[in-house]
Amino acid sequence: MHKLLNDEPGNKMLLLGNEAIARGAIEAGVAVTAAYPGTPSSEISLNFFQMSQASDLYFEYSVNEKVSLEVTAAAANTGVRSMCIMKHVGMNVAADALMTLAYVGVRGGLVILVADDPFMFSSQNEQDSRYYAKLAGLPMLEPSTVAEAKEMTRQAFELSEQLEEPVLLRTTTRINHSTAVVELGAITKPQPRGDFSRDPMRYVTIPAVSRQLHARLLANLGKATEMANHSPFNFIDGKGDWGIICNGVSYSYVADAVQDLKLDGQVKILRLGFSHPLPEELIKDFLGNCQRVLIVEEGEPVLEEGIKALAQEEKMTMAINGKGPELFSRLYEFDPALVRERIATYFSVANTALSGSQYSGQADLPPRPPTLCAGCSHRATFHAVKKAAQDLDVIYPTDIGCYTLGMLPPLGMADFLICMGSSTGTAAGFSKTLDKKVISFCGDSTFFHSAMAGLINAVFNKHNFTLVILDNGTTAMTGHQPHPGVDMEKLGLSGHGRIDIEEVVKALGVGHLAVIEPFKLKKSIATLQEAFAFKGVSVVIAREICTLYGKSLKMPAMKPFYVSDRCCNHRDCIDQLGCPAFSIKDDRVTIDPDRCTGCAVCAQVCPENAILPLKNKASQGDKI
Amino acid sequence: MNVTRLMIVAVGGQGNLLAAKVLGEAALLAGIPVRMSEIHGMAQRGGVVESAIVFGDAKSSLISDGEADILAGFEPLETLRALAKCNKNTVVLTSTAPLPPFAAAVGKATYPDLPSLQRQILDYAGSLTAFDAEKLAREAGNVMAVNMVILGALAATKLLPVSAANIRETIRTKTRQNFVETNLKAFELGFNQSA
Repeated sequence: MHKLLNDEPGNKMLLLGNEAIARGAIEAGVAVTAAYPGTPSSEISLNFFQMSQASDLYFEYSVNEKVSLEVTAAAANTGVRSMCIMKHVGMNVAADALMTLAYVGVRGGLVILVADDPFMFSSQNEQDSRYYAKLAGLPMLEPSTVAEAKEMTRQAFELSEQLEEPVLLRTTTRINHSTAVVELGAITKPQPRGDFSRDPMRYVTIPAVSRQLHARLLANLGKATEMANHSPFNFIDGKGDWGIICNGVSYSYVADAVQDLKLDGQVKILRLGFSHPLPEELIKDFLGNCQRVLIVEEGEPVLEEGIKALAQEEKMTMAINGKGPELFSRLYEFDPALVRERIATYFSVANTALSGSQYSGQADLPPRPPTLCAGCSHRATFHAVKKAAQDLDVIYPTDIGCYTLGMLPPLGMADFLICMGSSTGTAAGFSKTLDKKVISFCGDSTFFHSAMAGLINAVFNKHNFTLVILDNGTTAMTGHQPHPGVDMEKLGLSGHGRIDIEEVVKALGVGHLAVIEPFKLKKSIATLQEAFAFKGVSVVIAREICTLYGKSLKMPAMKPFYVSDRCCNHRDCIDQLGCPAFSIKDDRVTIDPDRCTGCAVCAQVCPENAILPLKNKASQGDKI
Repeated sequence: MNVTRLMIVAVGGQGNLLAAKVLGEAALLAGIPVRMSEIHGMAQRGGVVESAIVFGDAKSSLISDGEADILAGFEPLETLRALAKCNKNTVVLTSTAPLPPFAAAVGKATYPDLPSLQRQILDYAGSLTAFDAEKLAREAGNVMAVNMVILGALAATKLLPVSAANIRETIRTKTRQNFVETNLKAFELGFNQSA
């Protein structure tokens, strides 16, 4: 049995924040779930995916975040509890659906989890999703701890049904990827069948309907404000003339700091967990008893702006501060010492606790950046493209996936990236204004997510570029989730269709299409050159399974390679490919047979043909 | 109860997250409050993996610079890189078996020499126990058991609020059944090394 389906209320379990959120939804009886994977939220959908195979829960990996929201929005409007999971930038994709769904509302609870990534551990920006709650006019909950994440998720469904609106549940990486002890509650049996009565004047958002629905939304927002005023997720800790208002993970740092700085009796803390709409009365009452107020929130000054506006309405004149050069930054994530130091500074108290590190750091330590795996097919494709384009003046727009790592030396195959799917649209723009050859890259999952639309656009508008689709048969970067091109039967899962990228590209009327097996370098280079010479839109699909994924599917392994005595130390293998199976020992190039996957790309690059397959690992062991 | 902050650093694939999980489960078993946080962005792509484990009565699950009571490194360069987490009282444990990053492995960057690396740690932190955990893991029967060796060494410091007995019990019940014996052996070798 999946551990999150354990039906022994009162049991305590050590759970990752993302597991706690999935469990909270199960306790609420969620029946329909959908997501496009995205770190830091990926483990929530992974757990739903696993549980859906062992229970009545419906889960789907949707093609992108907008579709996942549409699927769950409809299910919720048949009265079925539903949940949709995405990372912060996924919300940009889903935003079109979100804005008008807020007008329409829901009948069954709909919880939309959005995971922000302050410091951008694994994202292209650190946008603050709280503005989406404001923009859409939807209630937002923000947990401060792992245990609370479970509880809030469960209650978010009830709140959604009370308000008949979707609820945004917002986390940050530090909640998603923290682990703590969680006490299990009872599981509610999901009700997977819904009903729908036609009511076009409620559900079909033509202008005449939407004019009514916008008024409905604003009325709901008023109700939500009242609920926020009395929500147990908004609470006050401690007493004193000084005030701190905070949300999310910052609350943990604030609570620890107040204890460490021995500010008991001097500071009271207002923790906002039901943070949009702002609990106006609660905040005004809190401010009324404070001489000065510090607002501690990662990201943008969302609370600060709202609270200052409320103080102005009440003609309050105490100092209210949050962001500023001496206080908190909008950049990156906070940590306990930083919050403690800023609190001490703001309230002019001695920072008696341990101060931060005096360590000046080691600038010259060799870095350990993530790299493409040994045997990664993307390395082979990038190398082939580079060789095929060596006489051309090229720009390489790229996309979001493992292959973005191709930016690093020695490959250096990335010139422009803004968001998932941007490879095709940006390629079109560059081809209009530059005299360069435009070669763009996207992955298979990314192709379906949104790059496909840009390719359709390119065919229609007669743009001029080559798109290389790096088809490794899975959504590799986020942990091998399936996508519409994956053969689900291979995973032992029935009930799925399969869309062939090659057939899609053909059907779009792309002028030139070719498929390469990137480990066959010479042939790949020749095929790529033909595509690059084509005037118009050309597509090359580089098809080779992700090596990590292949291992997990227990696909037959290939023989590793070794460097024979023929090696003349040109080191083209290392300088051109940068495969992590290589190292230099006693000034000789060697290959780690445990890491080499036998892709043989290095053997094809070596000018001396010195890299050979190991026939027998044991007997050849002395040579490596 | 007093707060103990343990930082574990490793290279992706060395089993840092499992080590942290064992400690978390051992704390749960003993009824000791615990919170952990991890940074494992692209661990499978050879990056660095960090776990912060905070035992005791605090709310945060993150360890700021200068605030680790214990730093455990599965790889010496990564231990050195994490030195900013230490203060002059921090107890540092590290394996001395290097896993050079690619640039160093192919001679495009210099891996710090081990004596100077250890001196730098000692100059800054409170104490250092350094030993070849990979060798002990191999001795236990699995080179992948470096994490269990380090857990043993950590238990032997008696600085953790969880007991060695609790950790052993957790290894027995929470690590994969066919590795339990090797894991326990690796734990004991680490324990004896540090004790």
